[in-house]
Amino acid sequence: MIPAAVRYARATDLDHALALLAAPDAKALAGGQSLIPVMKLRVVRPALVVDISRLELRGAEIRDDVLHIAPLTTWRELLDASALERQGLAAIAECVRGIGDAQVRNRGTIGGSIAHADPASDMPAVLLALGASVVARSPEESRTLALADFFLGPFTTGLGPHELLVDLTVPLPEAGSGSAYVSVEHPASGFALAGAAALSGPAGERVALTGVGATPFLLPAGEPSEAIAAVEVYGDSFAPAEYRRHLAAVVAERALEAARRRAKEDV
Amino acid sequence: MPEVLTFVVNGERRSLEVEGRTLLVHALRDGLGLTGTHIGCDTSQCGACTVLIDGRAAKSCTLLALQAEGAEITTIEGLAAGGELHPIQRAFVEHHGLQCGFCTPGVILTAADLLSRDPVPTDETVRHALRGNLCRCTGYQTIVESVQAAGAALREVPAS
Repeated sequence: MIPAAVRYARATDLDHALALLAAPDAKALAGGQSLIPVMKLRVVRPALVVDISRLELRGAEIRDDVLHIAPLTTWRELLDASALERQGLAAIAECVRGIGDAQVRNRGTIGGSIAHADPASDMPAVLLALGASVVARSPEESRTLALADFFLGPFTTGLGPHELLVDLTVPLPEAGSGSAYVSVEHPASGFALAGAAALSGPAGERVALTGVGATPFLLPAGEPSEAIAAVEVYGDSFAPAEYRRHLAAVVAERALEAARRRAKEDV
Repeated sequence: MPEVLTFVVNGERRSLEVEGRTLLVHALRDGLGLTGTHIGCDTSQCGACTVLIDGRAAKSCTLLALQAEGAEITTIEGLAAGGELHPIQRAFVEHHGLQCGFCTPGVILTAADLLSRDPVPTDETVRHALRGNLCRCTGYQTIVESVQAAGAALREVPAS
């Protein structure tokens, strides 16, 4: 399988990338681990791919009690990032270890994954539970969106066609917090049939799910199994809706238990 | 519209014309004749097309060739030096790490990436690292043994 004919442009800096993306049917290419496969299937046929992978938007660091993850940080780089070695942030690395495979983690980026918005991708659940936001830039302006308002539907986000993600921010959980990510994967694709991220701490608890609906989402407060009983759950030939609902409750409980346990541990 | 791609392949600077849509695996196989990089599934699942890009394993079917501009690529042909098998290749021969051999170039290059970070990987670490490389012959046990033996062999020779 070969992608349909496409022009390729390599962006040298952010302004250059935004200028290139103003062309009709242009698509930003980061690590390409989601985009290239769908271009090969010709599900996506952009006229122009703008390779943004050489922009200086890499790395994770903590500034003023906020974790900033630059969107072009690869999964592999995240696993090596010392900024994640914090009690309340354990869910991030735990999630990354299970994403794709070693080759995909070497190339795939966190921003590319978020912008692709696969409804079964793992990391959105973790970022939702941690209360993350994204910063998007267009040629005109920079704006911040809460991640909870970012995912609009399968493969659909609030990102405009001429916008690029330039930052992902996670407020540091307060002392005495713990987080965890637990999923049950489709054995062939590795995507989550149901995945749950939990944050537990003095400020309360939050659980987010992925793989079970049109988008990853935060569960309403309360007993997870009761909340899950009330949400719309997708089914398919691999996992009918009732089975997915059951799985969602199981992974949510397990993630909460692990997050509570970690909240009590010193690191 | 062809464009010129210039990169370093197995230590040699190479230039060739590619289209925007040309995949790295096709540039290597059809453009440079390096057919040791195999196309198995062509859907980013099997890992037979794995090469090293700047030392890190990547699926060459899931990359536009032009994304590799300026990069250093190592294919299976680049591992053996002066007709001598690389220690990882030697370990796969000695420990029966292959049967039909189709997946082997990709497995070996993924193993090279792993062993460069972790020269003494546990069973579990090897299996996790090779999750993106499918083998339909061996059942993986001998592959895991080969990778661990290669790690031991690499510790005995100075890094090349």
